[in-house]
Amino acid sequence: MSDKIIQITEMNKWFGDFQVLKNINLEVEKNKKIVVCGPSGSGKSTLIRCINRLEEHQQGSIIVDGNELTEDTKDIEKIRAEVGMVFQQFNLFPHLSILDNCTLAPIWVKKMPKKEAEDLALQHLEKVQISDQANKYPGQLSGGQQQRCAIARALCMEPKIMLFDEPTSALDPEMIKEVLDAMVNLAKAGMTMIVVTHEMGFAKEVADEVIFMDEGMIVERAETKEFFANPKSDRTKLFLSQIL
Amino acid sequence: MNKLNFLQPDKNNFYTYLYTGVILVALSIFIVFLNSFFNKDIVSFLPGPISFFLPLILGFTGLHLIRIDYSGLRFLDSINKNINTNNFNAFLSLLIVFVVIKSLPPLLSWFIIDANITGDSKDVCTGSGACWTYIKIWFNRFMYGMYPNPEQWRINLSFIALAFLGCVGFFATEKFKKYLTLYYVVVYPIIAFFFIFFFISGGPIFFDFSYGIIAAVISIILGFFIPSKFKMYYFIIVPITLYILLKYVFFYEELIELGKLEALEWVETGAWGGLSLTFIVSFFCLIFCFPIGLFLSLGRRSDFPIIKYISIGMIEFWRGVPLITVLFMSSVMFPMFLPEDMFIDKLVRVIIAISLFEAAYVAEVIRGGLQALPRGQYDAAKSLGMGYWKMHILVILPQALKLVIPGIANTFLALVKDTPLIFVVGLLEIVGMLNLAKTNPEWLGFAMEGYVFASVLFFIICYAMSKYSYNLEQKYKTER
Repeated sequence: MSDKIIQITEMNKWFGDFQVLKNINLEVEKNKKIVVCGPSGSGKSTLIRCINRLEEHQQGSIIVDGNELTEDTKDIEKIRAEVGMVFQQFNLFPHLSILDNCTLAPIWVKKMPKKEAEDLALQHLEKVQISDQANKYPGQLSGGQQQRCAIARALCMEPKIMLFDEPTSALDPEMIKEVLDAMVNLAKAGMTMIVVTHEMGFAKEVADEVIFMDEGMIVERAETKEFFANPKSDRTKLFLSQIL
Repeated sequence: MNKLNFLQPDKNNFYTYLYTGVILVALSIFIVFLNSFFNKDIVSFLPGPISFFLPLILGFTGLHLIRIDYSGLRFLDSINKNINTNNFNAFLSLLIVFVVIKSLPPLLSWFIIDANITGDSKDVCTGSGACWTYIKIWFNRFMYGMYPNPEQWRINLSFIALAFLGCVGFFATEKFKKYLTLYYVVVYPIIAFFFIFFFISGGPIFFDFSYGIIAAVISIILGFFIPSKFKMYYFIIVPITLYILLKYVFFYEELIELGKLEALEWVETGAWGGLSLTFIVSFFCLIFCFPIGLFLSLGRRSDFPIIKYISIGMIEFWRGVPLITVLFMSSVMFPMFLPEDMFIDKLVRVIIAISLFEAAYVAEVIRGGLQALPRGQYDAAKSLGMGYWKMHILVILPQALKLVIPGIANTFLALVKDTPLIFVVGLLEIVGMLNLAKTNPEWLGFAMEGYVFASVLFFIICYAMSKYSYNLEQKYKTER
């Protein structure tokens, strides 16, 4: 029980009349790396946005690190602070420098002293290899650098789980590699990660398990080797044949 | 030598074209100049219509001749690029130059040459120009309204003090920089309010003000010797105790009544006026309408239905009624709803009314900025664990407000120029004083000078504000 950090049971979600997520059951253990793949509009992003309640689910339960997410959850901010998220569009704060982007939340949410927060931020920026850009503004950086900064920003909150929502989809091929490298390093350091991505190379390299989603349902969930070697459902076979 | 082709000037025979063109343009301007400044028509020997259009024809031909691309002369190139790109633009440029030359002499003569400024009565104004004597004589009234002359130093002193305190930001050291926002948003308005309420208004209430200042100064000086652990309590208890001691023990109210202590003379707000009132009203309305507008704009986007619909109601109501009726209501209707013995000063009511009115506009401007932000910014802030207020204060508003600086400046300029409307409740700021002075039997017929004077003052104020807003925009510009 204790090592299951995320537990989703019987979860359903609608946007208006349209059901985006159907009967989702998902358990994630600590330090596991999970890759979620599937065609566009299959509900992958919505699923991980539900995990830190950027979207509300209507039925079923989501338990993150022992706290159930419901409408009454008063300290949703505390749960979110434990769950880092990286977005497709980076979503850096353009009015702040790279360093300030990273220190903003630790200082104001975790009440960390400024000096300490800056040291921590520089440490994480060093890990993703952009510490030399610390005083620039997001608009002055390339897409890959911005996305790495976004990863560092999320890490500065020292989260227990990291969610990646198609982190490389808005990047050109050369930049994809530098972002994936940063993510691989993070995975090797033992972070619990849920990654929505189309980068099957990344999945093969680091993922413990792969989840395939289609039309709001989890079609297949398997160990990485198993998933790529002999997928069970026909839908998965079709998807893999197109993408590989 | 190449053949001259006057229809298509080119770089061959460049100087022939250039000199001919320049001479023609100069000649045309010279003709208009003589005509306008010295009333001499040197081409009158030609038939009427031709002599009328001659400068235009000459200038047009001249500009056509000097329109040579890449001539190598930087000055000529810049003229060609900016005002002489084609026949139509050349024509427009000429027309504008002629209109300016034509309209200069009458303006100059009205403003300066035929104007009077000496003397101190209407009789000196005999010329056809402006009578600046009128402005000179009435200057005091235009600045201070009906505020008694011997007391006007109070207004001057307050304004100088406030201007000085307003400049603090330029001199603050690095250490105090982070408190500047707090200072300007909270402390400065309070100081300004006390200055204006106690000092310019005066009366017995002035003593309360001075007790307050004395109490504050003493407690701040003593505060240096208090351990920081107790400072919080100290700064609440000591000033209040000192204040009460000063008011009821050391300076008996009887002393004041006996005349041993003299208060500043009380000047009721009805007597305030002129430009100083314009400043007071604009200043307070600007300060109040911004936060109210900010909260309304956030309220309108709130998830709580009650807050949301109250905000929408407020905004739509204040945007839907004319300012003049709002002011009228504030002075006539509003007191009816108050208890018999309760009295709120006219000026205060006016400031509240204008603030609420303009806040509705500010709210919609800010909402525009909030909507311009991508949803990802909200997501990112939330995913870092920020709650509603942290998210807005740290992430959303800094960006949204930066976007709407031009819109806010627009609203603020409109506000300053709306202040003359307070005449409907009997408060006479500068335009109101002009209207009053205009009807003075001694000084009939000088409305023009007055309005020109007011226009110039308003222009200076508004231009300064718009410049300032532009500077702010540049200051907070970061690449997106």
